[in-house]
Amino acid sequence: MTRFLIRRIILGLVTLWVIITLVFILYYARPGVDPARELAGRAVTPALLANINKAYGFNLPVYVQYWNYLKRLVPIPGQFNLGISNNNHLPVTTIIAQAVPIDISLAVGSAVIWMVLGISVGVLAARRPRSLWDRGATVFVLTGVSMPTFILGLLLLYVLYYLLTIHGIAIFPKPGSYTPITTNPLEWAHDLILPWITLALITAATYSRLTRSSLLEVLGEDYIRTARAKGLSERRVVYRHALRSSLTPIVTQFGIDLATVLGGAIITESIFGLPGLGLAVVQAIEVQNLPVVIGIVLVASFFVVAANIVVDALYAVLDPRVRVS
Amino acid sequence: MTLLAVDNLTVSFPTADGTVQAVRGLSFSVEAGKTLGVVGESGSGKSVSALTMLGLNPGADITGSAVFNGKELLTMNQQQLRQIRGADIAMIFQDPLSSLHPHFRVGWQIAEAIRAHTSVNKRDAKTQAVELLRLVNIPQPERRVEAYPHEMSGGMRQRVMIAMALALKPKLLIADEPTTALDATVQAQLMELLVQMQNEVGMAMIIITHDLGVIASVADEVLVMYAGRASERADARTTFFSPHHPYTRGLLGSVPSATGVVGSRLTPIIGSPPSLISVPTGCGFHPRCPFAMEMCIDDQPDLVEIPAGGHHVSACWLPPEMTGVGVAMDTARQRYASAHRGVRSSKLPGVVAAVEGATVYA
Ligand SMILES: Nc1ncnc2c1ncn2[C@@H]1O[C@H](COP(=O)(O)OP(=O)(O)OP(=O)(O)O)[C@@H](O)[C@H]1O
Ligand code: SF4
Ligand SMILES: [Mg+2]
Repeated sequence: MTRFLIRRIILGLVTLWVIITLVFILYYARPGVDPARELAGRAVTPALLANINKAYGFNLPVYVQYWNYLKRLVPIPGQFNLGISNNNHLPVTTIIAQAVPIDISLAVGSAVIWMVLGISVGVLAARRPRSLWDRGATVFVLTGVSMPTFILGLLLLYVLYYLLTIHGIAIFPKPGSYTPITTNPLEWAHDLILPWITLALITAATYSRLTRSSLLEVLGEDYIRTARAKGLSERRVVYRHALRSSLTPIVTQFGIDLATVLGGAIITESIFGLPGLGLAVVQAIEVQNLPVVIGIVLVASFFVVAANIVVDALYAVLDPRVRVS
Repeated sequence: MTLLAVDNLTVSFPTADGTVQAVRGLSFSVEAGKTLGVVGESGSGKSVSALTMLGLNPGADITGSAVFNGKELLTMNQQQLRQIRGADIAMIFQDPLSSLHPHFRVGWQIAEAIRAHTSVNKRDAKTQAVELLRLVNIPQPERRVEAYPHEMSGGMRQRVMIAMALALKPKLLIADEPTTALDATVQAQLMELLVQMQNEVGMAMIIITHDLGVIASVADEVLVMYAGRASERADARTTFFSPHHPYTRGLLGSVPSATGVVGSRLTPIIGSPPSLISVPTGCGFHPRCPFAMEMCIDDQPDLVEIPAGGHHVSACWLPPEMTGVGVAMDTARQRYASAHRGVRSSKLPGVVAAVEGATVYA
């Protein structure tokens, strides 16, 4: 188990290194590109270019640049440095540190809702295939999969915020509200409930579909027949024996989705005015704020790699056969 | 005392291609403490019949009756069946790897069976699991109780399944091809273990197999099934030495002589079992029977008493006295069949072979 995890972590670090190197090549060492100019943004002056060239050492040999670039990314306080935003001259780390809690909040809350909702609907559909429940679940899945996030988000805003508020029922907060969980957990949840529901409804559909198909498959397995032949209740057969085996594909999907939201839920953040990574990267791209873009790309890759390691660890917890392989 | 009496059982599955008539009027009974062997080729309805007893055939249309210990099983609701499953009637299956949950420790899986029917706590259930593993001759049971199924050999896994089945001292153990997936030496050991456990617990057994050799030394009675029906039923000795039904005769021909059961060559039955969506008319075996006659195409023979041997019944139009496995008897069957052939039956491949005196069975 430990050896398995160590191997996975090493693999993850290698993946991260490959991404970091690709980012380096793409932005700093691509032939025919003047990285200083790219980094400078829109307000280019010769003095600024000279400054950047000096700060980043772009006149040094490429391998020295690469080495310094790697050194800046080693996560040690004082050394870790993602550069300076060419827009407001804040360190990119500061900008990211402000945005990440919002994405973590978004991810945690919506993940709980989409998991519970998605899996429940899937189980319901699988237990009675071709029933009314199952058909209802199919409609839910099709709607969720084909509904664009911005339409659902705007719809929720219009109905639950605008219509209710103009009729004097102000239950939901106005877009742009955000309270850190450390300030007031209840306010935090209240402010985020609409973005959570938006993300969760869109994502849950995938989980219903996955749960339904994988549960139906598992319910046909020999060991489920054994569980029934032992005299277990149908409830226990489904929830303890079958669902346990159906979790593998769900966990995989969960890793992908969680990392995606953590790396910035661009549309949801834009609709609800939440200054997370997604909004930050959009704004940075608009003004050609390359240091911020690179920083967020690296952070998002880190989330993806970390999520993969967590997924692998979960596999090993769920399935003893994985631990040996 | 009759423990289980099945009467005129039919099981069919509606499918997109048509109705699969998996069991078509099956009757048999099992005496308390005795062993019934059920034999037949793949698809003859052995598993379906067994699973139907326990209500484990979702989506099946079932008629007939199955009285177990004085109670009708086929009309029970799931809750009533649940109390019988695992407690009064236990079942083990062909592939012990796929039949155990891959994510749970074997001891936990055994303890779960115990706790499904009794109110013992987790610790005591686990102690019982260790004892059960010891009972089925698993070495180091205290350690193996913590093993996962993939950490055991096929034979050990099947022992775990047997331990689990014995946990509540059932009155009937149904073993559906318990050794088919295992190699020959392990097969013999497991059959021996089953008999040993039967003596220990005093249960009746139904052992399903498609290999007559497996049950030769174990079964008290043998039921031979073909296309969802009983074709012959007799005590084990009679089945092996004086069978009446040509299908049983064919199965015996298929037994390798190395098992020492019969001395004949390995002669598989020609052709393959019929589709259960469109079962042949008359005797279901007629398209493959080397002795098929005109009447076999039109009329389905019922099980009739074979006078020579005790509780021997057979469903075949050949005269009841034509029992046995020797070349002389096969020749007599061929002569009789030739005399009763007609326009249609002479075109059947089986009869052509018989007419030409080919060594269909010898
Ligand atoms: N749920 C089901 N739906 C449709 N057909 C089924 C179903 N279960 C079994 N059958 C069919 O019923 C027939 C009898 O199957 P059964 O499993 O009882 O055969 P068997 O005698 O146990 O054969 P084997 O030696 O292969 O185990 C087969 O043709 C099978 O395809
Ligand atoms: S002789 Fe006729 S009735 Fe007997 S098994 Fe052959 S086909 Fe069936
Ligand atoms: Mg079978």
